[in-house]
Amino acid sequence: MFPAPFEYHRANSLEEALELLARFEGDAKLLAGGHSLIPTMKLRLNTPAHVIDIRNIPGFAEIRRSGDQLIIGGGTPHAAIEKSAEVQRSASALAHAAAVIGDPQVRNMGTIGGSLAHAEPAADYPAAVLAYDAQIVAVSAEGERTIPAGEFFVDLFTTALEEGEIIKEIRFPVDGDTVRSAYLKFPHPASRFAVVGCAVRLTMDGNTCTDARVAFTGVAATAFRDEGVEQDLIGKTLDDAAIKAAAQQAAENDELEFMEDHFASEAYRKHLAKVYAERAICTALGR
Amino acid sequence: MEVPIKVTVNGVLYEREVEPRLLLVNFLRDVLDLTGTHVGCDTSSCGACTVLLNGKAVKSCTIFAAQVDGAEITTIEGLARNGELHPLQEGFWQEHGLQCGFCTPGMIMAAYQLLDENPNPSEAEIRHALEGNYCRCTGYHNIVKSVQYAAKKLNA
Repeated sequence: MFPAPFEYHRANSLEEALELLARFEGDAKLLAGGHSLIPTMKLRLNTPAHVIDIRNIPGFAEIRRSGDQLIIGGGTPHAAIEKSAEVQRSASALAHAAAVIGDPQVRNMGTIGGSLAHAEPAADYPAAVLAYDAQIVAVSAEGERTIPAGEFFVDLFTTALEEGEIIKEIRFPVDGDTVRSAYLKFPHPASRFAVVGCAVRLTMDGNTCTDARVAFTGVAATAFRDEGVEQDLIGKTLDDAAIKAAAQQAAENDELEFMEDHFASEAYRKHLAKVYAERAICTALGR
Repeated sequence: MEVPIKVTVNGVLYEREVEPRLLLVNFLRDVLDLTGTHVGCDTSSCGACTVLLNGKAVKSCTIFAAQVDGAEITTIEGLARNGELHPLQEGFWQEHGLQCGFCTPGMIMAAYQLLDENPNPSEAEIRHALEGNYCRCTGYHNIVKSVQYAAKKLNA
């Protein structure tokens, strides 16, 4: 299968990529790893006249620590995030999520910026960036702006990014000594996308939970934070009964637009959300 | 408009002009006549088209040839040395790691990256590393044994 014809441009800097985006006025697509874009181009769901390759921009795939922040360049492949000792140490749930995306070949090509911009409702990263309250830094000809993860995912395949913006980097708060985090998913057996994925980030004082972030992907039209579970964890001593009780609150918000398909009904997804909330909390706590 | 690319495939430098929408797998098969890399699902699921891009296993059906300008590619044809099969190729032969053989080049290239990063993998690690490669004949059991054979031989 071949995509419709297009002109190929290789950008050697973010400035050059932004200039090209502006020049083609909405008739261009950014190509980083291409593992979301190229399949849609083969199906002719996307037929851009211009493709701007941003994969080789120097410094665009860097992982660095700056004070209490872990900063990941938009062009960083999943495999680099999965295998980074820095990410494993300072953002466990993010490393867990990167490690279970697709398969090794997909993880070598696909990038975090590309995945977030695509906003596939069953992608793994959205749950992790929500659980971390990560900051998504978008750059355009007008300059930079920071979009909080909670405002980034607008709808199915729709984000808060504006035309002409590129995800430059994503900033995560580092876990620190009192934080326990994990990401677990029930993968679709063929596609490996998350039927249900759960990211948790718990701040602990001994066995007592002082803060909790619990986010799901795959369950609804966009990834979401589940305040029902979070509120039921905060202030509790996390013994087996407390964890189980909190997990039962998962996916009970009727305002969510739940997903349903031939593989998993809405009821099954809600059930899995409770199961994976419990497992992710237990994994984060090392139980 | 065609794009000029310089790419090293199995140690040989090629300079070609390619249409931007030409996929890497079709560049290898139809332009360079390296037909060992197979087109299976064409949707980055099955892994039959797996090659090494700068040493990393990738699915060449989901990469444009234009993207690999300046890169090094290794295909199944690049593994044997002086007429001697690579231990992975020998392993698939010795342990009956194939029946029809369609998935084999991709399996071997994916396993190549695994052994490069982890010379002594467990059975679970081998199965995890081959999650992106489908075989419809063998049930995977002998493929795992083939990779174990190669690991043993490479470590000897």
